[in-house]
Amino acid sequence: MELEKLRHGTELLKRGFAKMQKGGVIMDVTTPEQAMIAEEAGAVAVMALHAVPADIRKMGGVARMADPAIIEAIIDAVTIPVMAKARIGHFVEAQILEAIGVDMVDESEVLTPADEFHIEKTKFTIPFVCGARNLGEACRRIREGAAMIRTKGEAGTGDVSQAVLHMRLILGQIRSLKGMDDLQIMKVAREIEADCELVAECARLERLPVVNFAAGGVATPADAALMMQLGADGVFVGSGIFKSENPSAMAQAIVEAVHHYDDPRMLADFSKGLGAAMKGLDAASIPAAEALQTRGW
Amino acid sequence: MTKIGVIAFQGDVSEHVLAMQRALEGKGSAVAIRQARAVSDCDGLVLPGGESTAICRQLESTGMAQELIDAARRGVPIMATCAGLVLVSREIEGDCKVRPLGLMDTVIGRNAFGPQRESFEMDLEVAGFSRPYRAVFIRAPAIVRAGPEVEVLARLGEIIVAARQKKILALAFHPELTEDLRFHHLFLKMLEA
Repeated sequence: MELEKLRHGTELLKRGFAKMQKGGVIMDVTTPEQAMIAEEAGAVAVMALHAVPADIRKMGGVARMADPAIIEAIIDAVTIPVMAKARIGHFVEAQILEAIGVDMVDESEVLTPADEFHIEKTKFTIPFVCGARNLGEACRRIREGAAMIRTKGEAGTGDVSQAVLHMRLILGQIRSLKGMDDLQIMKVAREIEADCELVAECARLERLPVVNFAAGGVATPADAALMMQLGADGVFVGSGIFKSENPSAMAQAIVEAVHHYDDPRMLADFSKGLGAAMKGLDAASIPAAEALQTRGW
Repeated sequence: MTKIGVIAFQGDVSEHVLAMQRALEGKGSAVAIRQARAVSDCDGLVLPGGESTAICRQLESTGMAQELIDAARRGVPIMATCAGLVLVSREIEGDCKVRPLGLMDTVIGRNAFGPQRESFEMDLEVAGFSRPYRAVFIRAPAIVRAGPEVEVLARLGEIIVAARQKKILALAFHPELTEDLRFHHLFLKMLEA
């Protein structure tokens, strides 16, 4: 094979990778054993980290990229894609993740931010997913090179309300662009601090130009189906699986719920006999200073 | 009117529907299908890109797997891209997580090129195409061995990345992600024959 003819790391490849995840569930895992449970349950990818967000929240201190040895062990354990988290702005953590063969980096507010700036993601060969609470944030991340957007929600709570809020905001803001002329779109772009051409593209497509997943508080099959019915392209589940009483059954049920999100009878069946979901934490009870979603801009 | 069904459990379904609609130029429709019983209404089928482990589970649990096997037996053309190429095969090397449908006499290497870092675009020489085809390989599988009935359409070195066996067209790359519709036209011709 003539290798010089191959083009790596193009925007098409990055966004294309994200598109292959659509209609799927991406699960947080901390060990190879958990990764295998996730794969067996039908996850489209796993997110390798040192602790699930609920534990990160409890532990406090500085949360960083996971030990590369653990991530490598997870890569070896499964055939589905492996993603991993880097701190906001920590481009060296991202370089390390790319070097060990991670398929996608999540520049995540769950970890302690390293910089007021986000990573310049266009410089990498592998794609990035970034969190967003609104259209402005989503467009800024896409402009920096994010190939996938997810709602921030409020990670580690098992409370889906913030993910709902962010998904409604992003999709509602895009809907409100309908019928606007160029000058009006320019005004919106200025107000939400977003690139004007990107906002115009969202208006034309009537959606983000990249895949838009739900994340941050999804804990049950019904939560996952709720996000899909609201318009998510797929779902990330963090603590919701391995903090539940029966992770394997919960994982399978959430996968089924995402595939059959518009069939309430099937959703009822998937929801039966799963044992306790993660205990969770009311997102409204979290002091503003401890919220993860306000990290990044 | 021709009706093409895109198996819609997981993967880049909407991209496939749109690309097929463009190729049909109003002479038919492309629809996403998630019910096993919808398969028998279709004149042609598409198994999209996605994660073969996840799609395989759904094909089995919904009874779609058997419907696809029956459709192939009736001679309904199937276009299988990326994960789809894995699913229509006879055997997958060193892997028992995905149970292929056995529609094509091929042996597959999953993730034949490595992780996403190694994903690539390239201009591919394809048998029967007068100029190269820009192919997009995303964590792509490949056909490592093929039986005598398999017609090879494109190779990368030793391995096969595009092939046809009777009415099944299997592609390791993603024709739905680019504007070039030559593989779609080739597939639609298979419907006429």
